[in-house]
Order: sequence, then C-alpha cells, then structure tokens
Amino acid sequence: MDLQSEGCDLAIIGAGMTGAACAWYAARAGGRVAVLDRGAVAGGTTGAGEGNLLVSDKEPGPELDLALLSTRLWRGLAEEPWFVAASAEYEAKGGLVVASRPDGLAALEAFAEGQRRAGVEAESVSASGLAELEPHLSPELAGGVYYPQDAQVQPARAAALLIRDAQRQGARLHTRTTVTALIRGSDGRRVEGVVTDRGTLRASWVLNAAGTWGGEIARLADVHLPVLPRRGFVLVTEPLPRLIRHKVYAADYVADVASSSAALQSSAVVEGTAAGPVLIGASRERVGFDRTFSLEVARLLAKQAIELFPALSQVKVMRSYLGFRPYMPDHLPAIGPDPRAPGLLHACGHEGAGIGLAPATGHLLAQVLTGKTPDLDLSPFRPERFEDGAGA
Amino acid sequence: MRRNPLTLVGARPEPSFQVTFDGAPLDVLPGQTIAAALWSDGITSWRSTRVEGRPRGVFCGIGVCFDCLVTVNGVPNQRACLVPPKPGDEITTQRGDGHGAV
Repeated sequence: MDLQSEGCDLAIIGAGMTGAACAWYAARAGGRVAVLDRGAVAGGTTGAGEGNLLVSDKEPGPELDLALLSTRLWRGLAEEPWFVAASAEYEAKGGLVVASRPDGLAALEAFAEGQRRAGVEAESVSASGLAELEPHLSPELAGGVYYPQDAQVQPARAAALLIRDAQRQGARLHTRTTVTALIRGSDGRRVEGVVTDRGTLRASWVLNAAGTWGGEIARLADVHLPVLPRRGFVLVTEPLPRLIRHKVYAADYVADVASSSAALQSSAVVEGTAAGPVLIGASRERVGFDRTFSLEVARLLAKQAIELFPALSQVKVMRSYLGFRPYMPDHLPAIGPDPRAPGLLHACGHEGAGIGLAPATGHLLAQVLTGKTPDLDLSPFRPERFEDGAGA
Repeated sequence: MRRNPLTLVGARPEPSFQVTFDGAPLDVLPGQTIAAALWSDGITSWRSTRVEGRPRGVFCGIGVCFDCLVTVNGVPNQRACLVPPKPGDEITTQRGDGHGAV
C-alpha cells in the first residue's frame, strides 16, 4: 500500500515545530513535501515547552548565529497574513535576565558584552531600572540585562499553522503514522523513502525531524546520532492580570543550559502569557523518558520564581507539565545531510531552543535541498560529528 | 416528596449549617461541596469569564475543567465542585481572574 502513489521530494519524520518549519520552507521553495508523525502535530516536545524564542541565553558561536537568523525569520513569519489571522500569540516582549548579587551581575555583564560583539542587542539595567521594566520584581536584585530581541510564541499553535500553510502549498500531512523502516537503495545505504505502519512512501530525501526521538530514526538508517532526553517541568499558575511583562529569568539559567550534568538543575524562568496564566520553568534533568511528577522539582521551581517575584507567593499553581528536550552532548543540533546515509537529512537535537531555532533550520535546509549555499555555515551542525568522538 | 439524591439513597444527613453566597445565607449539608450547596439552592452560576464576562458554573463536576471557580473567603479560583464549605464561609461570585489589580 502506498501512502502517496506519486512519492515526494521530501518526507519529513516528525510534525513538531522543527518538522513544521522544514515543511513550510521546503514547500515554499516548490518541493513536494510529506510530513509524517506517529502521533499528532506538536504531540512531543513542541507541545510541552514554553515557546521561547531566545538570543539572550546563547553565547557567541554557531547556535547564536542560528538564533539571530531565526529571530529575523520569526518576525517575518509573525507578519504573514495567515499567521496573524489565527494568532499564535507571537509576542516580541523582550527578555530580562537578572542577577541577585554583584558578582553574578559582573559575570552577566561580561557575557552580554561578548553577545553584543556577535550582534545581540543587550541593554544593561541598573537595580532601579529593573523596577521600571518589571514593577513586581524583588527589590533585592543587583541588576540585569534587557534583551529586546527575545520573543515568545504559542508553539503548538505555531507548528499547526506552519503545517496548515504548507498544506495549502501542496504538502501532505500523515499523522498517526509510524515510520518503522527506511527504504534503502540497491547499494544498501541510500535512503529512498519510508516504510510506515500505513504503507510506504518513496522520497528523494528523508528528513529526521523526530526531536528527542531522533536517535531512533537515525538507527533505522544504521547511523549513530546521540540525542538524549533532558527532562523539564513547567508550572502553570491560575490566570492573573498582567503581572509580568517580559520573559524574566535568573542569570544562573545560562550556566544550566550550557551544563552537561545529568543531575537536577533549576533556575527560574518566569513569564506571563496572553491567556493569563504565568509559566514557571526551567528544570533540567537527565532521567531518561521518566514521566513521573516530581514534587521536589515543582517545589524548587516555585521557590525560585517567588525569589524573583515575591507576589507569586500568593498565587496558586493550577497544574504542571513536563517535556523532554532533545539534548546533544555538545549542545548543538544536527542539521544537514548525513554522508553516512545518502538521502537522509537531520534536523533535530535543538535541546530547549527548538521553537526559536526552527525557522532558521527550515530555511537553511531548504537552501541545501535547492542547491543554494546556505546563509550560515552548517559544518558545526554536521550530524556525523560524533563519529570517533570528534565533536563530543 | 420530590425525588432527589438524598431521598434516592435514603440519606439521613447531619444537621445543616450556614454559609453566605454574595452576602445571602445559604444552607449546606455536611459532605456537600460548594457546587452541590449552590445547585441545591437553584444557583447555577458563580463566576464571570475573563474576556467576555459570561456566566459560568459547574461543567465537569469532578475537578478537571476549572470552569466552576469561585471566591471563598476572599481567595479566588477555588473549584466549587471539590471544596467542602465550612460554617460561616463567605462565598462570592468571582469576576474574571478574581485578582482585581495585583
């Protein structure tokens, strides 16, 4: 049984934010695209995050370059008529990173200075300036840095909108369709399509956009891609009047993001949403795919959020959710063709930054697929870089 | 006598006690939730929505949907379908998110 008898140019495995963005850019470039997911659109990590579009937490280097490109692309997407009409809560609200002590503030300032040289807009904020930006912030803080390029989006909705618009441009969507094998060429290596529980689909290119589960797809092609789950909890408060205007987080967050420890790390990331509830992250643990609720993590997140915003001590948490970030040992995603399995591309392993990095990922891959020189050098993201421990 | 859940199971509840709803006295049987007490008195709405101010009361009745939120003793966002009232509680209609201006 064929899923699509005519086959396609690009079969994308994964209907999360990354797969959606790749589908949109490829369809816009004229490609015949199919998106497959064993679950629903945004059913994995995309639907379990906060929708952060951040430059502020990234040190100068390839990931920041990707984030800066994505920031521009997100602004463009947010102005597309179909995006505006179905509001995905895109908000260029800006991020505010705060330090509780003078030594932390000095480290934050040094970090921001490096980012400025790399093209990030970063404005130093004094202790008194913090109160003007965020009146409910704790008066105990030493100061911070304001990042006007940081933004937020409702990720599940944004992914659905991108896929819907890609469908208007001819893309096909096959949800509840599990890829069980890859069609291999006569040389035994070349990837020429996918085998699913609902039929086969021939494709010139197969894109692994399976996020945290990207390592499983790579295994189907007999290649190694070390994507590991890094669990995070988000607390959701009762709806509140506008209490928090920006995305606000403690400077420790940057160190947590860059850390490779398996143990629990947590630093408060607090933001209001258009719908009213305040979202509180961000914990990081490498505990496999364990979905057990952790009171320890929830308590820590709540405590850290109250340290930033004392008014939250009077606010109830309504629920929590968790997700699994696709963690790579060097904290860089895998983007591009896999020379070990010609015909296979990867776009996964974006850890906690996938929503933000999705448009740049899709845009660059579309450039690769249409034979153009990508706007950014993709070599830091080579999927095969972990062979012989070279990129680890 | 009209059939109601109490007569159907032959309940012999302990004596009722009083709370207030928007200032008016309301009788509560021990074991009833706030929602049950309000419904027994014919009151079906005790919250207005945040954006359009539309009336809300019990929807799921089992603590899942958060539609039946109500303010109890000044604390908003209590689920009326779960919270058992205590004698003297002041239950009030919740407007919007119930926080006024934070």
